[in-house]
Amino acid sequence: MQGDVYSRAGTAADPPSLHPAYRSSSLRAPLRPPIVIPQTLSEITGPHYGHGDVGPEEADLTRQHSGEPLGERIVVHGRVLDEAGRPVPDTLIEIWQCNAAGRYRHEVDQHAAPLDPNFTGAGRVATDGEGRYRFTTIKPGAYPWRNHPNAWRPAHIHLSLFGPSFLTRLVTQMYFPGDPLFAFDPIFNSVPDPKARQRMVCHFDLSATEPEWALAYAFDIVLRGPAATPLDRDHA
Amino acid sequence: MPERTPSQTVGPYLRIGLTQGAVGARELFSPEVAAAGVPGTRIRIEGRVIDGEGQPLIDALVETWQADAEGRYAHPADRRAPASNSFRGFGRCATDAEGRFHFLTIKPGPVPGPGASSQAPHINVGVLARGMLKGLFTRIYFPGDPAHGADPILATVPAERRATLIAKAAGAGIFTFDIRLQGVEETVFFEA
Repeated sequence: MQGDVYSRAGTAADPPSLHPAYRSSSLRAPLRPPIVIPQTLSEITGPHYGHGDVGPEEADLTRQHSGEPLGERIVVHGRVLDEAGRPVPDTLIEIWQCNAAGRYRHEVDQHAAPLDPNFTGAGRVATDGEGRYRFTTIKPGAYPWRNHPNAWRPAHIHLSLFGPSFLTRLVTQMYFPGDPLFAFDPIFNSVPDPKARQRMVCHFDLSATEPEWALAYAFDIVLRGPAATPLDRDHA
Repeated sequence: MPERTPSQTVGPYLRIGLTQGAVGARELFSPEVAAAGVPGTRIRIEGRVIDGEGQPLIDALVETWQADAEGRYAHPADRRAPASNSFRGFGRCATDAEGRFHFLTIKPGPVPGPGASSQAPHINVGVLARGMLKGLFTRIYFPGDPAHGADPILATVPAERRATLIAKAAGAGIFTFDIRLQGVEETVFFEA
């Protein structure tokens, strides 16, 4: 659309609202298509949350209690970029997850797995000037849910990002490489393009591992980027 | 060039990460969008997010983004200088056990639209919940505003659906705005 600041193709990787295999989408997905509107000042602006809003201790989910949480300590790091490959600096990432046994610290989660008194499962971090972020946590476990008989979620960490505008807002889940549950998970598979699904899977990163302390995974997060300029289109 | 990371649902446990006060960390976000002292007409917006069977969602998150009383956004893309920048313009409210959300804020001013147009005062809304694989976007407009006739976004909406975008007056400074995910009164959602 004329005057676009952000790429509209940038949401093509998203799942549809209605994905019947994910049962709870059936009553919660709008049944009419969204109305396409111009990107006005209301859309291309958005809240700014970054370094000024979080403390460095919030990026370590393993040090929020008197003792150490159980499980496999890991470092997750990467960059937040836009679709033009430009870093997104000073933007907030909110993090939440279950514990190593696959249990969330939440009254709704009644999975018969233990809570860990030393693990809440929530953290926050802001990207630096080059879009880099890093947090320390415990590798989450897989857990059952009631979507269908013998349904299990692959291990994942929830991530929520703002980016520079209301249009770049993204909530996603980061998965771990080689999870045998991928093939059976309707949420992972709600993303129609198999290549796009792989962009939700982090990579093992030996180089970022802390010897004698923690394994590391790398995960770049790509937000909606700029609309192609007429010059770009000429060269496409 | 890198390609975009797909959206996934916030799931049923969003309170752990997105309303940190619930788990003991400092609350960064709140339904109180405008603290005392922010210039403007103080308003309260309340409503529910309602599913296809008419049941309110007790595990949804509603986020709002708005301009100040003079229609200015606290953002570098709005090149007009803000008067005072205590107003950030963002609110977040998880729905409660009855499925209700609310925001305490100020009424925004009109905002410039495409070309020479002007957008009627409105609040931009995002909705996240279990069962939503991606966030939904809508807008809250205010009842009885003659500026609706010239609003370039309302103009994109079929006349018979516009009422879903207009809050209802419910007393002095109080407005209700229900978000219906399905049904004959399904709220208009936008894609920009």
